[in-house]
Amino acid sequence: MIPGWLKNLDRRWIFLLMFLAVSLPQLFGVSFPERPSRKVLDVFDAIDGLAEGSRVLMAFDFDPASEGELSPMASAFTRHCCEKKLKLYFMTLWERGPPMVQKALDIIASEHPSMTYGTDFVNLGFKPGLEGVIRNAFSNLHVDFKTDQAGNSLHDIALTRELKSLREMDLLICIGSGSPGPKEWVQYGAAPNAMRMVAGVTGVQAPQLLPYVPRQLVGLLAAIKSAAEYEQALIDRYPQLARVDQAKEGLRRMGPQLVAHVLMVLLIVSGNLVYFLGGQSGDAP
Amino acid sequence: MQRAAPLMIAVTTGFVMILAYFVPAMNDWGDMATNWFNILAAAALVLGGGNLLKMNLQQIAARSAGWGYAAVMLVSFLATVGLGLAKVGVHPPVNFPDAPWAGDYIQEGSALGWIYEYLINPVTATMFSMLAFFVASAAFRAFRAKNLEAGLLLGTAVIVLLGRTYAGVFLTGWLPESLGWLRFNRLTELIMDVCTTPGTRAITIGIALGVVASSLKILLGMDRPYLGSDEA
Repeated sequence: MIPGWLKNLDRRWIFLLMFLAVSLPQLFGVSFPERPSRKVLDVFDAIDGLAEGSRVLMAFDFDPASEGELSPMASAFTRHCCEKKLKLYFMTLWERGPPMVQKALDIIASEHPSMTYGTDFVNLGFKPGLEGVIRNAFSNLHVDFKTDQAGNSLHDIALTRELKSLREMDLLICIGSGSPGPKEWVQYGAAPNAMRMVAGVTGVQAPQLLPYVPRQLVGLLAAIKSAAEYEQALIDRYPQLARVDQAKEGLRRMGPQLVAHVLMVLLIVSGNLVYFLGGQSGDAP
Repeated sequence: MQRAAPLMIAVTTGFVMILAYFVPAMNDWGDMATNWFNILAAAALVLGGGNLLKMNLQQIAARSAGWGYAAVMLVSFLATVGLGLAKVGVHPPVNFPDAPWAGDYIQEGSALGWIYEYLINPVTATMFSMLAFFVASAAFRAFRAKNLEAGLLLGTAVIVLLGRTYAGVFLTGWLPESLGWLRFNRLTELIMDVCTTPGTRAITIGIALGVVASSLKILLGMDRPYLGSDEA
């Protein structure tokens, strides 16, 4: 009943199918409409409700391994904060994080050239010390942070001159894919200091962070799906962003994701058909 | 004394951290303990590097299985550490032209920046991307509804896979509002809110209670794993 080629399907055909499922929609620019969910709107409203000039910490605790999944939401957060004219403090606890921060700074430079370094945003750079850095920064920022990424004294920068600790932030935003990441920012920063925080994480990490919503975390973006919904919410609120091609990166990536997910479902169904109709002779080689 | 000193340090530091959390006046003590932790972690990094060198050199010297990988690892490790510490190709910051060592270690155009851009970046991204291929293969070869539990897992996976894309809306969006809860996107939210989150919350609380118990044993000196396995 089940053809022999399907019973003995070489895994390399599956690899090829997955390659085509991801690459073809990407090449042809296939995308689908997204409607922001309540969870995504909670995150959106947390930023959109801030007054102009509010201080926001942007902790980018991820690296190239998860950049594909997290960079769209990092970019969307950056764009949103810039549209709201918030004061941005960038930093990372990952030694491979500085280039991730740099990409956000590049967005500011190209799309918001009127924003000035030191007055509207500052890059505190990478700081080793894991959770200890978070703990110290909420007690006294200047213990671990003497200079910004470029080596300028924090006492010479308008945004940091009067800043004593991260307790003075109006919102914490952490985009992370591991430890230290959003969980540590909640445990050592947001929760003990009763601060508002939102986070963006990879799909596999989301279940670990969901228990913190809505008390310790105001909202949580999980994976590329949430990033796409956030981008849609951003475009709905700021229609001028519809003309910015890079502001739709998450929406674009939902095309390959849909085809890949459908392929996965087909593979699960066909694998079970082989198992049940093929005499339950065991797994395919 | 060899055992008493580390024990005293561990117990004192542990209690300082607890008190610093609950007593604001002791915050400075907590900061000091954290700084000491950072200093010790830096020293441990050197020890770890030394151990890495030793293990791999031994493997190469003995020509044991996989010694070639050890050689590649050693060369990569030494090159990265050397180029990073020497800040090869790093330009001084614009504001401090007379301080050549003050430049960013991962600056664009520097040797470490090149390693990051053309080695670390593609290699780590590739490793993560390959998961899609292996998961697809496993979905066909191993994901069988052999019993009720596996069937539930499989059904949940299919709903979430479709519900997290537009496919869910396309397939079930036509359902009337009275049956709206059957739409894949709503079912996905239901699974996350009613099954995943409470389950994870319970596990998290359980782990936290376990950590409290283990920490207390360490703080009271009843459990001393950091002293080694041969302690009296």
